[in-house]
Amino acid sequence: MTTNKRQNAPAIIPSELTTLDPQERAQLRKQALWRVRLRLMGQSLHANWRLFTENPIGLIGLSIIVFYGCLALAHPLLMGRVWSPSIYHPVTGFNPLLAHPSPPSAQHWLGTDPFGRDILSQLMYSTSSEFILGMVAALLTVTIGTAIGAIAAYYGGWVDTLFMRLADLVITLPSLVLLIVLSGIFELNLPRLAIIIGILSGFGGTTIIIKSQALTIKVRTYVEAARVAGGSHAHIIMRHIIPNLLPLTFLYMMFTVTDAIFAEAVLSYFGLLNVRMSWGMMIYTTQSTGYLLNMETWWLIVPSGLSITLLCAAFYLVGRAMDEVINPRLRKR
Amino acid sequence: MTVTAPLVRVEGLRKLFPLNQGLLRPATSFIHAVDGVSFAIAPGKSLALVGESGSGKTTTGKLLVRLLHPTDGQIVMRLNDADVAVTTLKGDRVRAFRRHVQMIFQDPYESLNPRRTIYDTVAEPLYVQGIGNVLDRQERVAELLTLVGLTPPSTFMFRFPHELSGGQRQRVAIARALVINPAFVVADEPTSMLDVSIRASVMQLMQRLAEHLHVTYLYITHDLAVARYMSDRLAVMYLGKIVEMGDTEEVLHHPQHPYTQALLSAVPVPDPGWKRTPIEIKGGVSKPVNPPPRCRFYDRCPLAAKICEDNDHPPLEDKSAGHYVACYRA
Amino acid sequence: MAETILQVENLTMHYITRAGAVSAVDDVSFTLAEGESLGLVGESGCGKTSVANSLLKLLADNARITGGRILFKGVDFVPLNEAQMRPYRWRNIAMVFQAAMNSLNPVYRVGDQIIEALETHLSPYSFDQARQRVAELFTMVGLDPRLMDQYPHEYSGGMRQRAVIAMALACNPDIIIADEPTTALDVIVQDTLLRQLQTLQARIGMSMIYISHDIAVIAEVSDRIGVMYAGKLVELASAEDIFHQPLHPYTIALMSAFPSVTGPRRALQTLPGEPPDLLHPPDGCRFHPRCPFASNQCREQTPLFQDRGGGHAVACWHPQETRI
Repeated sequence: MTTNKRQNAPAIIPSELTTLDPQERAQLRKQALWRVRLRLMGQSLHANWRLFTENPIGLIGLSIIVFYGCLALAHPLLMGRVWSPSIYHPVTGFNPLLAHPSPPSAQHWLGTDPFGRDILSQLMYSTSSEFILGMVAALLTVTIGTAIGAIAAYYGGWVDTLFMRLADLVITLPSLVLLIVLSGIFELNLPRLAIIIGILSGFGGTTIIIKSQALTIKVRTYVEAARVAGGSHAHIIMRHIIPNLLPLTFLYMMFTVTDAIFAEAVLSYFGLLNVRMSWGMMIYTTQSTGYLLNMETWWLIVPSGLSITLLCAAFYLVGRAMDEVINPRLRKR
Repeated sequence: MTVTAPLVRVEGLRKLFPLNQGLLRPATSFIHAVDGVSFAIAPGKSLALVGESGSGKTTTGKLLVRLLHPTDGQIVMRLNDADVAVTTLKGDRVRAFRRHVQMIFQDPYESLNPRRTIYDTVAEPLYVQGIGNVLDRQERVAELLTLVGLTPPSTFMFRFPHELSGGQRQRVAIARALVINPAFVVADEPTSMLDVSIRASVMQLMQRLAEHLHVTYLYITHDLAVARYMSDRLAVMYLGKIVEMGDTEEVLHHPQHPYTQALLSAVPVPDPGWKRTPIEIKGGVSKPVNPPPRCRFYDRCPLAAKICEDNDHPPLEDKSAGHYVACYRA
Repeated sequence: MAETILQVENLTMHYITRAGAVSAVDDVSFTLAEGESLGLVGESGCGKTSVANSLLKLLADNARITGGRILFKGVDFVPLNEAQMRPYRWRNIAMVFQAAMNSLNPVYRVGDQIIEALETHLSPYSFDQARQRVAELFTMVGLDPRLMDQYPHEYSGGMRQRAVIAMALACNPDIIIADEPTTALDVIVQDTLLRQLQTLQARIGMSMIYISHDIAVIAEVSDRIGVMYAGKLVELASAEDIFHQPLHPYTIALMSAFPSVTGPRRALQTLPGEPPDLLHPPDGCRFHPRCPFASNQCREQTPLFQDRGGGHAVACWHPQETRI
């Protein structure tokens, strides 16, 4: 037996059994593998999309997300062409012709805040940062969670113990309190918040869930078959374990977005976040100027409060609907 | 008997699984899954390993392909005219060893990754061994699919396992095991999950491939009838020990160990007129946790006597021309 | 001939799926006499379990019985609703499932589960009487009555299956339907259990329907055997006839695909192809794409299920005269 694996390479097949049809062979030569893979990916996306659209919950969630996405995209256009920055700028704008806060009118569809700034403009301006915050936190969470989950499950032993005890530790930390403490130590802005939430969630609960799923994949016989074929640890983790974890990690991405938007709202409300404008900031402004519990100035609080609720709910609903696509057992026939 | 060197030689193979092991506390009891098993397989002479669940037959198979490490014992294989001590291989030599030894698993629904195409699955051994380029591998996979009867291969290559029936999946698994031309394949109940009409064709396929590709099987099964069709020699295992071994027809027609006899008499026969001679054996298979040294079959044996209780488990002795039996009373 | 206790006429059942209706049971008719044991044999997906579940109307939400009658002592089950069905289940017809572990609740003692079943169906039982009865049942199926105070996980696979049989026997049913009762068990345990079931049946005089994919198991325990293929009953005859003079090509193929341990070592016959997709079953005879004797008639017309004399019924245009 030789250890040099490339030398006596295609020790392929006894010639009497090479029964491959010449036409088949020609066809194989023609089709590029990456193109076939692309087509297959498209097919599976299409099939999953059809399943997803069968569920009204997911469609409701998705339309809310698309609606807010449009708001975020429309804001720079409106600012550039329709709205005059001196009046409509979300932070520095001021309408000198009205007493503030002013109720919704033709000029200010959602009214103005106590400083005379347009609320619709604030709402739209903040939307994009909420999206970016949520996405960055979510991506970070699932990247860390999947990597650690797959490695801890595959290797087991002390690697597993180390990461799981770390996860226990992170879970027992009250994350909001931790964020409040951190905001005192250094300046907390949106990118930093996204990274902190991503790390906390990635090393904490998400890892444990992904690891438990990875454990069920690790014991499948196709993993044993890959080992018998001579696959390295990296090969097995990358080609067998992680691809089968992806649906679940996608799901947890959705849920992390919800967590991140919610955490931003809470921190801004306490005035702990260094951010020019956000939904939480809008509530903070209302609170700090004493209008929070004033029912007559409802337009100060409803748009931002409702947006936080709706967008959080939307990502959650999309997550639920994806769960049904991933888990056929949850599906109605 | 021929003088050719055996392809596989197993000596005193043992595998104990620890129970109640703690982080700092060493295990006090062990499951004796495989306990002192020795056999040899000549090239081209497939061996069937037969036993009930818990007999250690699957563990033996996994030890042979190095999915498990033995507690004790030797496995030597004759590959490319060189003796390879399987149990002591390390690093790159393990990967090279895997080019000659493959395994086919029982459940075709579990042994194929649902997210990989048939091509990816069958080409995996070639890919991880670094054999050929993409086009070579595609051609080779297409050949193999043709060989196992999935024709035309282009319609199967880029499908996913859930689009295939159980029989077709098992053919894919066979193609994966044979794609690198192994000399020795451990087949762990490859047909037990398949329907009767499909089972026969998969068995035929495996026989045909063995002849053409010069593959030698270790065929693991609980079904004596299947073992009869798939092997030249037969070994019956009971609680981690081989209790009887010999040429398949010889063992089936002249069973000597009381366990083999009971097993044979319990096989249902598809003939309503068949009158069996029931052999009474007591109870079911227990778990071999810290078994006493006496014969493993003692508790259930209709022939149990004082000699069986007072002595260690009987040695596997040659009773007549290669028919080995481990029993004091046979 | 003993009296007929169960008569199934032209039973047809569909599963409604997102892709369309799956014709799982199509036009199946058979009778069961008192004290008789009938075996239903076929490969996975042939509809044998669907037939069994239809008999008690223990059906999935998406299953619809679209035609036929199920007459138990003259009562048609098909139009009955859940509440009307309930008194018949367990009391008149009991079922033994393949997965014994799932039939037993892991958090209750085995004996208590049988007592509960007894109390639901036969109310005037004192606790002591009920325990007495459970002990009796345990002895009947070959279990030590002392085991009744243990939990299912303390039982081995064979013991669990015995406990499930004891539970099925609890109310002295007229019929027991056993769906793959021994499939998960080792051969020796299977053998003892099958023999015990036969003895019990002879003693109690109940009727049995055995369902299995294993023609050898069915041969051991059945008086008459029905062979199913792709939702159809293709042949029904006495066990002797099915094994020695099968008429349907599928039955013949099934018999010759079965490896034998004791008989002469003959070459295994293989059947080309795979069972059809029941979403779109083939026209005519459902077996014709795999049948070596298929003619144009087979491709166009569905063969009738007809008695060829001596209670040997077959659904085939070209029944074969073979002797095995």
